[in-house]
Amino acid sequence: MALTVIHKMTLAELQRKFTAGDVTATEIVRAYFLRVGHVEPKVNAYLTQCKEAAAAQAERLDQSLKGWRKTTPLMAMPLAVKDNICTEGVRTTCASRMLEHFVPPYDATVVAKLRAQQYLLVGKTNLDEFAMGSSTENSAFGPSRNPWSIQTVPGGSSGGSAAAVAADECVAALGSDTGGSIRQPAAFCGVVGLKPTYGRVSRYGLVAFASSLDQIGPITKDVTDAAILLGAIAGHDPRDSTSANVPVPDYLRALKRKDLKRLKVGVPAEYFADGLDPEVEQAVRAAIEGLRELGADIRDIKLPTTDAAVATYYVIATAEASSNLARYDGVKYGRRTDDSKDLLDMYLRTRAEGFGPEVKRRIMLGTYVLSAGYYDAYYGKAQAVRTLIRREFEAAFETVDLIVTPVTPTTAFKFGEKAQDPLQMYLSDIYTISANLAGLPAISLPCGFSKAGMPIGLQLIGRPFEEDTLLRGAHAYEQATTWRSKKPLVR
Amino acid sequence: MSVTYEVVIGVEVHAQLRTQSKLFCPCGTTFGRTANSQTCPVCLGLPGSLPVINEQAVEMAVRAGLAMNGTIGARNRFARKNYFYPDLPKGYQISQYEAPICEHGWIEIAAGGTRKRVRIRRAHLEEDAGKNLHEAGSGMSLVDLNRAGTPLLEIVTEPDLSSSEEVVAYLKALRELLMYLDVCDGNMEEGSFRCEPNLSLRPAGQKAFGTKVELKNINSFKFVKDAVDYEIKRQTKVLNEGGKISQETRLWNHERGETAVMRSKEEAHDYRYFPDPDLVPLEIAADWIEQLREGLPELASAKQQRFVAEYGIPEYDAGILTSSKALSVYFEACVKLYPHPKTVSNWVMGELLRELNQAGIQANASPVMPERLVELLSLVDQGAVSLKVARDIFPEMYASGKSPAQIVQDKGLTQVSDEGALVSIIDAVLKNNPAQVAQFKEGKQQVLGFLVGQVMKASGGKANPGKVNELLKKTLG
Repeated sequence: MALTVIHKMTLAELQRKFTAGDVTATEIVRAYFLRVGHVEPKVNAYLTQCKEAAAAQAERLDQSLKGWRKTTPLMAMPLAVKDNICTEGVRTTCASRMLEHFVPPYDATVVAKLRAQQYLLVGKTNLDEFAMGSSTENSAFGPSRNPWSIQTVPGGSSGGSAAAVAADECVAALGSDTGGSIRQPAAFCGVVGLKPTYGRVSRYGLVAFASSLDQIGPITKDVTDAAILLGAIAGHDPRDSTSANVPVPDYLRALKRKDLKRLKVGVPAEYFADGLDPEVEQAVRAAIEGLRELGADIRDIKLPTTDAAVATYYVIATAEASSNLARYDGVKYGRRTDDSKDLLDMYLRTRAEGFGPEVKRRIMLGTYVLSAGYYDAYYGKAQAVRTLIRREFEAAFETVDLIVTPVTPTTAFKFGEKAQDPLQMYLSDIYTISANLAGLPAISLPCGFSKAGMPIGLQLIGRPFEEDTLLRGAHAYEQATTWRSKKPLVR
Repeated sequence: MSVTYEVVIGVEVHAQLRTQSKLFCPCGTTFGRTANSQTCPVCLGLPGSLPVINEQAVEMAVRAGLAMNGTIGARNRFARKNYFYPDLPKGYQISQYEAPICEHGWIEIAAGGTRKRVRIRRAHLEEDAGKNLHEAGSGMSLVDLNRAGTPLLEIVTEPDLSSSEEVVAYLKALRELLMYLDVCDGNMEEGSFRCEPNLSLRPAGQKAFGTKVELKNINSFKFVKDAVDYEIKRQTKVLNEGGKISQETRLWNHERGETAVMRSKEEAHDYRYFPDPDLVPLEIAADWIEQLREGLPELASAKQQRFVAEYGIPEYDAGILTSSKALSVYFEACVKLYPHPKTVSNWVMGELLRELNQAGIQANASPVMPERLVELLSLVDQGAVSLKVARDIFPEMYASGKSPAQIVQDKGLTQVSDEGALVSIIDAVLKNNPAQVAQFKEGKQQVLGFLVGQVMKASGGKANPGKVNELLKKTLG
């Protein structure tokens, strides 16, 4: 098989070819690293590439498979993993100077699951430092670029994973989503990104940013691939107390129905207010019409506390982050300052040198909101609002099965456009944050392009643990449209 | 003129729970292993690792809480206590803040001839920190995280204590309680049972509390007493001289016999407690609590009363015998084999306890097993050895582990009761002490004791004193 065809396939297609024996693992590795070699200088999706290890693993697989081809679903599938997910023996930097040379001695549970299926790790993808950001501009090792236009950001924080999938530098990738970090870059890069229900996927081995919000999820070329990858990583993990002991359904089965008959879909007015780019609104409204044509019962709903979501998020997320990042103190692993006169000086210098400005800003914010005398006014209040937001969704889901919204207020912005204004940057997560606060599953998928040719994303939000409904809705829409056939030129 | 002050003391105890593994990971908790050999990604605080609560620790905490007459919280939350220190790998300690596992308990103590209830404000689960080791001369500090993550139960009293004697009585009672439950080994030197009294004075009759000082670095009951007594004197002196007590933490220096400031209130941390999002609320089912309550063992005070009633021994004896679970078990094992409770009690409280205290061990580790002690007591009853000989050979039984019969045989200590043998010894003694014989015959009865002693001496202690008495009287007519 011609190598230039391989990297264009979806995960489902590549699986079929590999299982049928039409392509070997070694060919897959060669094809993908050829592609990476071509486009990576422009995209900069990876912080670490695992070419030798992948080639050796592919050779072993091909040897062991001689003659018969009984395989696990992800065997020989070239995947990328966001660099805040621990991989045993492969450095995991979180795009931070603090962990520049940190090599975990253990695999995250999701990685262990992929490894058990004998996947191929192409490399570790770029992100905003410790997943704090919406553009990868906060990476200590330089930003990734959007394959659709290298002057624009790929989104973030999982910008490296989304760019790698969009540029065919891997067949699918894992990202993590705390306030939109999977869905926003997926929308910016014209790919599919799914944030599972909080507790659906184990967080063990995901370097924590905000523990009550973080979830690992797939970033893929289409909805079918998202169903495959989610099925591979979902499930209860005894090592993560917050992972839910809820059975994992066969997500591919959910895709069998091609229509949306008897599916009630809510449209919250609050998500179409000021600040929404008209081009994005137009595409999303057209997509909602598309859902109606597929048989969905479209209804107007209200989520009045939406305007408090960003503020609530930045109190809770930063509070948790300020505590989660306390362990980077130069004592046990990671960076330690070269010279210090005493213990306090070592702490101060190590953290001053190791963290970038956005991480420091959030640690300070989080420390402040948890301080004696301020706790009730900020953290306590934010928790109360979070409960309100969750209840609003619960009420909405009594009348609808899915909620449809835009993913982002605008298409991908240019480098530097928002980097100097943290508040503007924070607002780019305005439509994605609520799903994290409420712990709900949500998916982002392409629903059009701007006049400038940049992708626009559609978000579907579902009930807890009803990723199957989410995937069914997304798949039906995807199959009825042709957005996914358009590919970036990467130039 | 100096004011009379009332002493107000509360105590915080950190008791290490005897679980197989740490509070939030499967690592072992054995004391004294090679540095950092009992660690994993979780207790090292590696990026991405997550805690999972140890059910055994929860069970032990619930049992302790019930035994302290406390209320068990149905919904527990773990909280993060944030501060930086090299022995704290995550930069925060997982503890409990708003919803502790136990509240509103009490323990009864006896001190100064009276009984008193000490109220327990709360008991909560938390993880221990590691240890910093400072290498002399090298200027280096090393960190051993073997202890990091070890489960602790922190037990906090209300300010109900008013003297060092009461503090020690409370601590002894609490320690015994935890050891009876088998949830803590009570080892103060290894730090399994750490206590931190806090102490303030107020003019007698005043309602408002004075300024409180916390005492740390106390690892024996003696130091507790010394430190509290010192601190009472120090604070009394400061107040009498018109000074003010400052709110601070003071360390006990047992070599100098004084306390010294460790940190003042101004240096106190803002720990920024908040619920740990990595751990879901811990629900404790009511029927499980009841099940554990039913499974509680007989505790010291109940056992003491039972010993008095069942064995007819004095309350004093019962108090000592039940002061440790191991000792009470030892006593009952002996009585089961040898149904003379007061005799057993005398030996256990006397000979046995002397040896155990000297060796600093508990009765369950005694080299003289109950069977052996009972064997010795039976030898006395059979007249095979005298009580004196029995007392003499007990230390040897303890030291060598040999059976009493073996020792008696090896040393030829069998009691001589044979009349023929005794008569010839008596004849010799009477011949050598004509003056005393004459005195006796003049009516000086007390000389008989002297003569019995001489016979015993001549027999090397082996003569049966009852028999000697009887024979002497007969011979002297």
